[in-house]
Amino acid sequence: MTGHPTSEIAVRVRRLEERLIDAGLTDDAQLDAIIGQVLSGSPANGARVVARAWVDQAFRERLLADANSALDELGLSMSTGPRPQRLTVVPNTAARHNVLVCTLCSCYPIGLLGPSPSWYKSEAYRSRIVREPRTVLAEFGLVLPPQTEIVVHDTSAESRHMVLPRRPADTAELDEAELAALVTREGLIGTAAV
Amino acid sequence: MAEAARFAVGDRVRTRAVDPAHHTRLPRYARGQVGDVVEVQGTWPLADDRARGLAEPRVEPVYTVRFHAGDLWGAPAEHWVHVELWESYLEAEA
Repeated sequence: MTGHPTSEIAVRVRRLEERLIDAGLTDDAQLDAIIGQVLSGSPANGARVVARAWVDQAFRERLLADANSALDELGLSMSTGPRPQRLTVVPNTAARHNVLVCTLCSCYPIGLLGPSPSWYKSEAYRSRIVREPRTVLAEFGLVLPPQTEIVVHDTSAESRHMVLPRRPADTAELDEAELAALVTREGLIGTAAV
Repeated sequence: MAEAARFAVGDRVRTRAVDPAHHTRLPRYARGQVGDVVEVQGTWPLADDRARGLAEPRVEPVYTVRFHAGDLWGAPAEHWVHVELWESYLEAEA
């Protein structure tokens, strides 16, 4: 890893790696491959999925019914980690807004969204979003109409989730790539509208 | 399927009011609470057993269970919280 090679945490990580390598459990090439896979994830992947669902109703239905199979159609995968993960995609509507959390740790769809933002792992977010989501979302700048129901998805087992935001108004002229460019990481987590 | 699912979508379930000494994926805020099964996800090795390094972890159905926030936190909370729970965390609620 680059960044702070002499920092205390980097030194500790390296010593741990060396212990594992000395024990014959892994090697540098395997560790680099895993890190490369983790870093290959990007919100651009999730945005591609969303844009396709916005322009192709049949794809949207397949995505909501079986997200892993739908990802295959776009050449994306939930198999970038040590084990394949089950994905569910939860669609926002005028009546219902979805937002993701992992209250126990930091589970996150890394393959589709890349490494998670630091606030996603913070105790403040993890403890408050399940308890007062409307207030927390407003602090993110997302003020929902009072009649919009909120569903908080606590990623407590082995599945991962992604939010399918609503297509913004006045985007009928945009093509799929332009639509994908509108989608943010926060929109895919549910802390932004798009 | 390693094990037939005991619960089905729509079933009322109550989470166990337990405080295990080991790792568990039953969040504290969702213990001893009543909710509805909204999805049967499939089966996975029980995280509690894996975390303890058991050679043959139990393999159980995992359910998505929907809880009303008013039940979890008291009024006026009115949102929903979906939690993913292994079968042994749950018992049937009449």
